[in-house]
Amino acid sequence: MPRQSRHARDVAVVAFAQSDHLRRSDELSEVEMVMPVLHQVLAATGLKTGEIGFTCSGSSDYLAGRAFSFTMTLDGVGAWPPISESHVEMDGAWALYEAWVKIQTGEADTALVYAYGKSSPGSVRDVLTRQLDPYYLAPLWPDSVALAALQARALIDAGETDEPALAAIGARSRAAAAGNPHAQLRGAVPQGGYQVAPLRTGDCPPIGDGAAAVILAAGDTARRLCERPAWITGIDHRIEAHGLGLRDLTDSPSTRTAAEHAGLFDAPVDTAELHAPFSSQEVVLRKALGLGEDVTVNPSGGALAANPVMAAGLIRIGEAAARIQRRESDRAVAHATSGPCLQQNLVAVLEGDRA
Amino acid sequence: MSTPGTVESVHKEPVAVIGVGQTKHVAARHDVSLAGLVREAAVRALADAELTWADIDAVVIGKAPDFFEGVMMPELYLADALGAVGKPMLRVHTAGSVGGSTALVAANLVAARVHRTVLTLAFEKQSESNAMWGLSLPVPFQQPLLAGAGGFFAPHVRAYMRRTGAPDTVGSLVAYKDRRNALKNPYAHLHEHDITLEKVQASPMLWDPIRYSETCPSSDGACAMVLTDRAGAARSPRPPAWVHGGAMRSEPTLFAGKDFVSPQAGKDCAADVYRQAGITDPRREIDAVEMYVPFSWYEPMWLENLGFAQEGEGWKLTEAGVTELDGDLPVNPSGGVLSTNPIGASGMIRFAEAALQVRGLAGEHQVPDARRAMGHAYGGGAQFFAMWLVGAEQPGT
Repeated sequence: MPRQSRHARDVAVVAFAQSDHLRRSDELSEVEMVMPVLHQVLAATGLKTGEIGFTCSGSSDYLAGRAFSFTMTLDGVGAWPPISESHVEMDGAWALYEAWVKIQTGEADTALVYAYGKSSPGSVRDVLTRQLDPYYLAPLWPDSVALAALQARALIDAGETDEPALAAIGARSRAAAAGNPHAQLRGAVPQGGYQVAPLRTGDCPPIGDGAAAVILAAGDTARRLCERPAWITGIDHRIEAHGLGLRDLTDSPSTRTAAEHAGLFDAPVDTAELHAPFSSQEVVLRKALGLGEDVTVNPSGGALAANPVMAAGLIRIGEAAARIQRRESDRAVAHATSGPCLQQNLVAVLEGDRA
Repeated sequence: MSTPGTVESVHKEPVAVIGVGQTKHVAARHDVSLAGLVREAAVRALADAELTWADIDAVVIGKAPDFFEGVMMPELYLADALGAVGKPMLRVHTAGSVGGSTALVAANLVAARVHRTVLTLAFEKQSESNAMWGLSLPVPFQQPLLAGAGGFFAPHVRAYMRRTGAPDTVGSLVAYKDRRNALKNPYAHLHEHDITLEKVQASPMLWDPIRYSETCPSSDGACAMVLTDRAGAARSPRPPAWVHGGAMRSEPTLFAGKDFVSPQAGKDCAADVYRQAGITDPRREIDAVEMYVPFSWYEPMWLENLGFAQEGEGWKLTEAGVTELDGDLPVNPSGGVLSTNPIGASGMIRFAEAALQVRGLAGEHQVPDARRAMGHAYGGGAQFFAMWLVGAEQPGT
């Protein structure tokens, strides 16, 4: 079956690298955290910084604790002579989307995408409350785990899951992560007590620091740079209302719409890399994406094994692509999320050439 | 469609600006929330285009650091106010150039035929917080921007003066011109009806050689544009502005070889835009420039960096009145950043004002018969650049 892209140009992930994700990285600046992954993807393709057509990054000033934090990592990229470059204050998955659009315009053939986040210097649960409506919600400091617990409770009340099923998601993810040398939590991890009922420690992501980088390339360039490019046959993202009272927390219509526009439902997938920081969110995403039991979900361990905020979504795309490059997958879906309770979602469909 | 895989084979969709909306920029909009502010600009842009929220396929939003309002990733909260629910929404952040970069990211969505009609918006509500503090958070082992933006840029102005021999009167001429231009722009923040050159020159010295009246104000405000493809432009009730070229360039903040007076990234960015637009002599072929001039001396500096004057000659254009509203090359007919500075929106205002000029819709500050206009933005330590060139004619016609 021939691969069919919905867009003017065929664009593929040709290289992916990620740091080891650590609970703390006190001895590393963000630049020092990003540099190795940049060097790895460049080395994998043989490209030099000056040969990259477009560079785009994702990060958050709030995590970094200072304004314009991305200017420092740009220095690490080595932007001299000057480069064509942009930045999204979002997860790196959206930086990859901006880069994909840039390649679609024909203004670039290759793109370097990177993302990073250090959650360890502060309390990420508190920091994320600053994402909320600043007049009505943020002053109450409802933290990310509490909001996810509301969603989990709604799912349980609706009969869509129960606590043992959620525990099994966490256990499966960390068992899978045993094969992922970069993951933070691997193997048998105790489910633990309630963080915020009904979510236990094992239902929640680890807090940690990490970085990731991807190189995209178009058409023949991708074929030249990579033995089996992971073609992005569709990519789309959608946002929902901010107010949790306006949303059905047991569903994710934005994920479903993005998947439709990305062409996910045109053919089956064998692999899904889902950015579900909480076990309960995997339940929501499986339903929205129509994933059956035959689909391998989060073979990397997913966000329950490593959740470097701002990079975790880009890592899902990278992990899915790497699986295609290793011929462990022919058609995969990757997903990234942003905001409380899956407010904003990105879906990418990746395919390898059938030999 | 031609064979995918080569840059040459891709034909971009022409992009048109068919709607522009701004808020009246002021020191503090106590009457609206952040959501109310952005919605006001967006509604005006939609009204200009005579479109509704349902006609918008995607939203691209930009602003400068989240610390300026104290809201992390405010696009999440603003999705409802901008009619983005159920749609794609992107958030761009490239420091002070962000308003320009945001417009370019939105334009690329149309150019790549990913979406047909896109709403793009940039804002800052500086009164919610304090930009000086927002830029001054101490972080170990990292170099902060020093004592706000003026402390960072003043030495580079000094370097320009020493390098070119420009008389120290040039900066006040720019400020006097831009503040007078602002009187003709109903959306401008500063309306100093009693402005005189003597008052500018007598204003207190803040960061030598930059005087109080040669600096930008702190503003609350938002700017929005509706961008669309050929079919959308054909339905537009008012003349569109066509994007003839657009580019971004970045270079590192601090390194030994950096020229802070005329950064290479700015030169490269302008050259790329001129190449796309087929401009060989910008001084003659461009009718109006909306330039990012937060401190008055940046007008002569950027005149050189953008290729409107030979190196060392920019100040002579300013001194000769070339950049006046009725001059040969009007610069900042809107009053510019010196009169209005909602930081994250300032770049987009430059882009939008350039579009208004070629649409013939700039009102009292209209440059007669403007056919091609440039919008320019920069940010960080004079390291991020975003520019576009818009024209009254569809490119290639």
